Amino acid sequence: MNDTLAQEDLLGLWRTMVRIRAFEECVQAEARAGRVPGHVHLSLGQEAVAAGVSFHLERDDVITTTHRGHGHAIAKGVDATAMMAEILGRANGCCGGKGGSMHIADAEHGLLSANGIVGANAPLAVGAALSARQLGERRIAVAWIGDGASNQGAVFESLNLAAAFALPCLFVIEDNGYGEYTPRASVTGTDDLAARIRGFGLPASHIDGSDIFAVEAAARTAIARIREGEGPAAIVAEVVRFSGHFEGDTQTYRPSEEVAAARRERDPLSRFRRRVLEAGWLDAATLDAIAAAARNEMAAAAMAAHEAPSPPAETLLRDVSGEV
Amino acid sequence: MPEMTMAEAIAAALDTEMAHDPHVILLGEDVRAGAMGVTDGLVARHGPDRVIDMPISEAAFIGAAVGAAATGLRPVVELMFADFIGVCFDAVLNQMAKLRYMTGGQVRLPLVLRTTIGAGDRAAAQHSQSLHHLFTSIPGLKCVVPATPADAHGLLLAAIRDPDPVIVCEHKMLYPSRGAVPEAPEPIPLDEARTVRPGRDLTIVAYAAMVHQAEAAVVRLAAEGIEAEIIDPRATAPLDATAILASVKRTGRLIVVDEGAARCGMAADIVALVSTRAFDALKAPPVMITPPHTPVPFAPALEDAWLPGADAIIATAPRLCAGGKEGGAC
Repeated sequence: MNDTLAQEDLLGLWRTMVRIRAFEECVQAEARAGRVPGHVHLSLGQEAVAAGVSFHLERDDVITTTHRGHGHAIAKGVDATAMMAEILGRANGCCGGKGGSMHIADAEHGLLSANGIVGANAPLAVGAALSARQLGERRIAVAWIGDGASNQGAVFESLNLAAAFALPCLFVIEDNGYGEYTPRASVTGTDDLAARIRGFGLPASHIDGSDIFAVEAAARTAIARIREGEGPAAIVAEVVRFSGHFEGDTQTYRPSEEVAAARRERDPLSRFRRRVLEAGWLDAATLDAIAAAARNEMAAAAMAAHEAPSPPAETLLRDVSGEV
Repeated sequence: MPEMTMAEAIAAALDTEMAHDPHVILLGEDVRAGAMGVTDGLVARHGPDRVIDMPISEAAFIGAAVGAAATGLRPVVELMFADFIGVCFDAVLNQMAKLRYMTGGQVRLPLVLRTTIGAGDRAAAQHSQSLHHLFTSIPGLKCVVPATPADAHGLLLAAIRDPDPVIVCEHKMLYPSRGAVPEAPEPIPLDEARTVRPGRDLTIVAYAAMVHQAEAAVVRLAAEGIEAEIIDPRATAPLDATAILASVKRTGRLIVVDEGAARCGMAADIVALVSTRAFDALKAPPVMITPPHTPVPFAPALEDAWLPGADAIIATAPRLCAGGKEGGAC
């Protein structure tokens, strides 16, 4: 068995990754069938980061995420059926159909919100970390951001504020190499995002985000430090975005071989599977059964969303301000 | 009732709420020293853990106030000048105003953003703007604009206790103004206008410093036989439309005096309200008295010319009362 992970931990990591994969593929199919209003941004290829970091999170830890946040939500425990309904704009969506893909939220599971404004979720996570400390609660906060957001002023300011006040906040930067359509390297003054973050006064590790064992280990170290009250930490995880910036993006800015090669060599699910089978930690039948169950779960979620009603008109004016 | 300045009244309300509710914290630049002349002294009473100096980093700390409000605190965050909203507008426009709605009501934000507005301090274009109309145009925000120490006190108490984000626009030139403030904390509902002075001939709706200009004007108008009613809505959102409409239906005439924008501001908003909902009561076209649609100038002579005031009201009111479709009723 793995040195640090029990068999049930390994199964849990696999289950989270295949559930995210199945969810995203299901959303992709729904989008291609024209059933998703607006745009969706898929996290295919980035599943290991969501699963590996969230493995070390508790239910009351608070996360804020991005437009590419479905995986983070699922890994945090948000109900996939409620998410699918939300993405399809249904009354039983987790936000009653008011938010959609970019604004998935679930207060019960500590998902404060996904954000459509790149980098804007980082200050919110810092605030959740501040409240944890003020209230004497042991929870931590996680800001999920991408390499695109890592160039945003609000993120720089958040790194500084978290470091200055030693707040219990984890910054996870998923570096998928592209800010929307633009290669990160062409618009960023350094290739070493972790070093830049260290310049703000917090530790930052730099890992291969398609290797869930590397993610899990980095998250274990960072989160233990944060829970000990030693201040914030960051993880920069290099990943490959298998899909476009949004579903339907023709990706003319990107060599097609890039994704094909990544799917062969840097698919986090394949890498995990190969590793656990070679090491004899898990068997193929178990892995396949879990993956099949995940696909069934997401297909059922989509079916349920198809049948759910649209939000009733009277909810339009609700939850703006005041009593209603 | 003790007399105090508006700055003291605001500090008293903050002190009361911090003593009353341990979830209330104060965040902002130089709030311990009280650079704006309001919050000094609070750190001695409530400690540095609850009165927290922030880096000059408004995007981070106003965004953090949103995150903290969503997770159990009741932050009162100070933005020194409303003009600085530009560097942190996302936290206000897209986060503070929308989280409750976007999450289908899962997230509530008991959050107060205090900021200063107002010209007259020779502070030029980036430290003098009155931007309450900007906040008013964003659904999901409440906004109050007190004119007196008592209102500043009572409205801030209500704002801090409110479950939704409230922006409190404090006119910096009114900070030294004195007035009676109730000894016991009495929150003032955010949706109730104050009738500053009753009158039968003309309704003057005014906010903040313009309330005092209107008061100066009506004394002189009264000497000319014009009895003007002054309504201070006190809040821009929610707006006490009922009080404004009822007054105009009695007087048939409206002047709105506001230091905010000449275009798309509260003057235009209130004139639109009255024109669409009390048109038949109008005896003359409504009048908007605002600054010209320019940035606030620096040179004292220019700034004085920029600011609306009592003279403009006095010059306008007799014409309004003499003209119009039913002639000189006043």
